[in-house]
Amino acid sequence: MTPTTPASTSKPGRRVIPWIEGVLLVLFLLLPLAIDDFWVLFVTRVFILGLLALSFDLVWGYAGILSFGQALFFGVAGYCCALLATKAGITSILLLLPVAALAGLVVSVALAFLVILGKRVPTSVFVALGTLAGSYVVERLARGWSYVGGQNGIPSLPRMTVFGHEIAEGPVFYYLSLSILALVYVGLRWLTRSQFGLVLAGIRDQEARIAFFGYHVQNYKGVVFAIAGLVAGLSGGLYAFHEGYVGPGQLGPVLSTQVVLYVLFGGVGTLIGGIVGVAMIDLFSFYLSQLWETGWPIALGLLLLIVVMFKPTGLIGFLVTSRERVGSFGRRTPKPKNDREVAAAVNEVT
Amino acid sequence: MNASAASASILEARGVRKIYATLTALDGVDLTVTERSFHGLIGPNGSGKSTLLKSIAGAETPSGGTITFLGNDITSATPAERSRAGMSLKFQITSILPALSVYDNVLLAVQAQDTMTALLLSRTRGPLHARIMDMLAQFRLDGRADELAGALSHGQQQWLEIAMALAREPRLLLLDEPTAGMSPQERRATGDLLAPIKDRCSLLIVEHDLDFIRDICDTLTVLDQGQIVDSGPTRIVQNSEKVKEAYLSHA
Repeated sequence: MTPTTPASTSKPGRRVIPWIEGVLLVLFLLLPLAIDDFWVLFVTRVFILGLLALSFDLVWGYAGILSFGQALFFGVAGYCCALLATKAGITSILLLLPVAALAGLVVSVALAFLVILGKRVPTSVFVALGTLAGSYVVERLARGWSYVGGQNGIPSLPRMTVFGHEIAEGPVFYYLSLSILALVYVGLRWLTRSQFGLVLAGIRDQEARIAFFGYHVQNYKGVVFAIAGLVAGLSGGLYAFHEGYVGPGQLGPVLSTQVVLYVLFGGVGTLIGGIVGVAMIDLFSFYLSQLWETGWPIALGLLLLIVVMFKPTGLIGFLVTSRERVGSFGRRTPKPKNDREVAAAVNEVT
Repeated sequence: MNASAASASILEARGVRKIYATLTALDGVDLTVTERSFHGLIGPNGSGKSTLLKSIAGAETPSGGTITFLGNDITSATPAERSRAGMSLKFQITSILPALSVYDNVLLAVQAQDTMTALLLSRTRGPLHARIMDMLAQFRLDGRADELAGALSHGQQQWLEIAMALAREPRLLLLDEPTAGMSPQERRATGDLLAPIKDRCSLLIVEHDLDFIRDICDTLTVLDQGQIVDSGPTRIVQNSEKVKEAYLSHA
């Protein structure tokens, strides 16, 4: 009996993701030469929220953790940086960004102890509700706490500095964010293609089975959750200084849910999909809001719904096969044989 | 076979009970699996074979009794802990990872012994390569290492899963109906593929196909309605009157 799966999905084919990554990198490097200040700010924001999308894609797309709490790490990091800048006068980026990453890490580890780590594997629904509740509670706390500005948040943040020079919004902040995004991206790409990434691929598809191999699934999930918290924190710190403001909205379920949509729309489990998702949704929102001033969220919502319902692999799914999305982890096997040898091998074993 | 090696027990279940609401699936079952033996577990449908196997593997928690593996009480250990102690399981329903290549499926099983740090740094994928290819060759899958596991035939998926369960060199392999859905040729081949592992590990196997189990098992335990009907060397048990009665009364 010969398997009927099409050759394109059963044999590794031409890889598309590296091309998308390369094209986007060149595009982003050259873009400031061609666009005005408004769009430089716009694209910088895409990079920063792209980091947040990467963080959600890592937990959901790679480790199967449905987290509705990514904004929590993002927001707490933003608040920590804002307090340091306004109350302690610290503006050095060399201090603020590590603090942002650390804040995200600490909060995510604390939350992981509550909702992920335990003797038995928690259900997806439990984790989703637990992270959502965390995000909601902290937003409410921030709204009611006058030390952090209550409803108004903390406005008019000073600019970050590097060796005494201010980092102004515009091309400098643009390239700063792009470099951080690229570094984090490369790090996560490496992580998800490692043998550790293979365990994650196993957890995503057959979580119960993996434990019978001897993997402590919760520990793997905990580590991924913590790394994602760190990335979200970094994103939150950058966002606070780019916008010059932090507020309770940056902590809550609304932003947490928005990130979910970014990643679903762009393509879950691809890393690059999250960044594409941010860019596309924010572009659509911008143009739709000009076309239809009051009703544009309806149009956007319909568009998202169509993609999520009919293309579960998101926009990236139009270009990338599921084989490439999952990828391969082992040592490179010898060059694919020619068709005749493959056919002979198939006959031999069947 | 050497008598002292054959008599050393590696798994002991004592008085294992499993009760689902009003149904008693296992009613005080004792079972001993000795070193390097192929032990078959048979019985009519609903006799509790699978429940016993799952209780041993950690997929079900017994309501009473103890299970000892290599001298340690594992009654309440998690599946991961049992696996690390040297127990491997192949489920009744094939649960390979269809979206990964055949090669990566085995890599995932083999690398489970490594530390998380080693996996983060991908330190073991080179050194494990030879062992993975060897495992695949044993199960006649080396020609398809690069293909998606989901593209294999049903029988080959079962073999892949047995290869994965064996790849970590367990002391005890638990197989739940390995030949279900296989063609007669595939069944014969499965028996041939399993025979050589006897010098490495013990096997506890639940199976419907009596011919298959007679061919490969040296010990048989027969369950009926959650209790042991008979247990002992295959050639004696298969002719036992009690066993025939248990099977015939349900036939």
